[in-house]
Amino acid sequence: MRLTLHVWRQPTPTAEGRFVTYTADDISEDASFLEMLDVVNERLIESGEEPIAFSHDCREGICGSCALMINGVAHGPVAGAATCQVHMRSFRDGDTIVIEPWRARAFPVIKDLVVDRSALDRIVSAGGFISAPTGGTRDANGILVPKADSDAAMDAAACIGCGACVAACPNGSASLFTAAKVTHLGLLPQGQPERSRRVLGMVAQMDAEHFGHCTLYGECQDACPKQISIDTILRMNRDYLKATATKRPERVAAGEG
Amino acid sequence: MELNARIPSGPIEQKWDRARFEYKLVNPANKRKYDIIVVGAGLAGASAAATLAELGYNVHCFVYHDSPRRAHSIAAQGGINAAKNYQNDGDSVFRLFYDTVKGGDFRAREANVYRLAQNSVNIIDQAVAQGVPFAREYGGLLANRSFGGAQVSRTFYARGQTGQQLLLGAYSQMMRMVGLGGITLYPFHEMLDLVVVDGAAKGIVVRDMKTGEIRSHAAHAVVLCTGGYGNVFYLSTNAKFSNATAIWRAYKRGAAFGNPCFTQIHPTCIPQSGEHQSKLVLMSESLRNDGRVWVPKRAEDRGKPPSQIPEADRDYYLERRYPSFGNLAPRDIASRAAKVVCDEGRGVGPGGLGVYLDFADAIKRLGEDKIRERYGNLFDMYQNITGENPYKVPMRIYPAVHYTMGGLWVDYNLQSTIPGLFVGGEANFSDHGANRLGASALMQGLSDGYFILPYALGNYLAGVKADSKPSLDHPEFKRVNAEVDARMKQLVSIKGKRTATSFHKELGQVMWEKCGMARDRASLTEALQRIPEIREEFWRNVTVPGTDADFNQALETAGRVADFLELGELMCRDALHREESCGGHFRTEYQTEDGEALRDDERFAYVAAWEYRGEGQEPVLHKEPLAFENVKLAQRSYK
Repeated sequence: MRLTLHVWRQPTPTAEGRFVTYTADDISEDASFLEMLDVVNERLIESGEEPIAFSHDCREGICGSCALMINGVAHGPVAGAATCQVHMRSFRDGDTIVIEPWRARAFPVIKDLVVDRSALDRIVSAGGFISAPTGGTRDANGILVPKADSDAAMDAAACIGCGACVAACPNGSASLFTAAKVTHLGLLPQGQPERSRRVLGMVAQMDAEHFGHCTLYGECQDACPKQISIDTILRMNRDYLKATATKRPERVAAGEG
Repeated sequence: MELNARIPSGPIEQKWDRARFEYKLVNPANKRKYDIIVVGAGLAGASAAATLAELGYNVHCFVYHDSPRRAHSIAAQGGINAAKNYQNDGDSVFRLFYDTVKGGDFRAREANVYRLAQNSVNIIDQAVAQGVPFAREYGGLLANRSFGGAQVSRTFYARGQTGQQLLLGAYSQMMRMVGLGGITLYPFHEMLDLVVVDGAAKGIVVRDMKTGEIRSHAAHAVVLCTGGYGNVFYLSTNAKFSNATAIWRAYKRGAAFGNPCFTQIHPTCIPQSGEHQSKLVLMSESLRNDGRVWVPKRAEDRGKPPSQIPEADRDYYLERRYPSFGNLAPRDIASRAAKVVCDEGRGVGPGGLGVYLDFADAIKRLGEDKIRERYGNLFDMYQNITGENPYKVPMRIYPAVHYTMGGLWVDYNLQSTIPGLFVGGEANFSDHGANRLGASALMQGLSDGYFILPYALGNYLAGVKADSKPSLDHPEFKRVNAEVDARMKQLVSIKGKRTATSFHKELGQVMWEKCGMARDRASLTEALQRIPEIREEFWRNVTVPGTDADFNQALETAGRVADFLELGELMCRDALHREESCGGHFRTEYQTEDGEALRDDERFAYVAAWEYRGEGQEPVLHKEPLAFENVKLAQRSYK
């Protein structure tokens, strides 16, 4: 295959970026999209030019590293697939492909197609966990979880933290990412004690990181490589409303602190 | 160098209890005076960092990803073993211990494996408490499945994403401690060297991958949980960034390397589709329950579509060679058998590197719906990657490297031969001997991280003065920092003609052909001559565009390849010296009449620990003898 690529090149976080056009000749349609970029990069290095920087690692759709806007679509043309799971047979010989990084205020560009997604980690730090220090846990079968709840929790827990939901959202909201974690943990008996604190903390952090609000466009669930449903956002909103309405000041009794 | 495994005395069931009682403790109020560096945040690193921080130590965790959640543990599919005996099918700690020692072909340390089996039950409790959504039965209890090498159902799983869910559990605990201030996280930081001061590990030198800056960090102890080195073969099922640099640098600073030649090759991977191939993808071994493996009987038929090869012209070689196990022969056997038929020129698909895994009989017997129900997601994954419909045409599979049993040598306390340097997870050599059983890697990573390292570190730190952390102005820090900086500058200044990846591919080819599924004296001797030549050309002719003072992925790759070019040589050296076959190490000169691995327990029942002696010097072999007091040494047979 012969392809024309318009690729976003931006040498540093503060430099002005621009599209650079490359011709990718002699590409196998069995190659993955990232392998196509590997081929382009090898040729660039051989000619002494800097390769196109892009995030990737596992190349089997689970680590969540890869993050490309392909012709304006997060992760490209294959539904339910991360960028690394898109193969060149999804394109036609002679196609022109526009490749951009995730674009969101909360994801500053580091270089070319690589963005900084550490804001998502900070949302997790603000409550996306069950406090379970090592040791002192009960026998695993002492906690019964209905299969339906466990399956639904797993659906939400499948999130790979790639940030496609943010990139696809016209508001740059991280609601699907946050809601997936709120839903996963909120469906389990172990997650109940911190359910209110969790949603309040995570939503506050989401705001602090300058993610936008959710106005239910639904673009996120279409972009999600794990096809996580926006039903999780409704669940998060319910939890948030309830937590706000029933919030009590946290007290520290004398001698307790 | 003296190897002391420090195995506690007493009966095997009591060793770990005894060790924990004898471990010295650090007073809770003093723990915050100690800094611990943890490198890597996969299962072992994340669980160790979280637990150490919960105990009150200051933890500094370095990862080369943008987020700790991306470590390669995330890609583990099948499950995690634990001796819970929830299925009432006769499992026990001793049985898991026994299966693991035997599966490892009697090249693992008994005491370590027993402790692993003991800890396995706690891991499941811990994971469930964190909210890991393991598969459940309708009554709400945990579900189990069976796995290779065991006759009981002891594997816990979360769909085909068990590694992801366990890692996210550990990550959540870690991020909780980041929020509470117990852990300082350094994403986009790659460890490039270890700093040893007065004989003890006291810090690391890292490269800030965003800015290219080389910096030093000091601590009271260093923990490496940096994974395996399967990418020395270039093509493997490991993630692209998985590399050996951290453990290799530690080796060059004095940590012995244990059993480097023990690598595991998984039989069911999707074959290479062309020169562009960047990595290989594993297909669950469970497919071999219903698929039949075959190649054409005659080499000239290999270009024909499979539907035009009549039954009489097919060679179902696993069923032919191993009538009782058939298509379910163990991993190492099935992998080697595939290599044999491909070497005979009967392999199928591009390059003749593939064998058919055919479901036609199973579909005829059970119907397409039943097969879809059992393997639907795997068939989809196969079709996504290859563009072929496995319901209509047979799958093509080929073996691929996916795990390294070898790693830095550690004693019972997971401490390397450098005091203060601890090693956990796949990065150490400890528990799997010469072959790892399925669903045991996750177990080992978490056992090390949650339940062993936190105690062992306390024992070590109790003997280290809180004010003994060296300043970054210490001459040793300055020296190592300058060396790392110079190395980076050298890589960008060579300005040769070849990319680092081209050297990596060349090395991978040598390793795969000469030190892969089958090795012999001649092939290894050849590799030992070839690898230094490739290395010599690398340092003369590699090209790395851009500068070292920048985000530069080409430079990162070049540094990792440079280390693989040294490690590959040590692997061949180790494989050459071990004149026996065991587990994943198959020397063609040492096999039974039936083609099984032929161990030599008289001469080789030991761990080979290699000591670095300087540039251009041959490494020195040290031996840790292995004693089998609880499991009887026996020959494996699968006929």
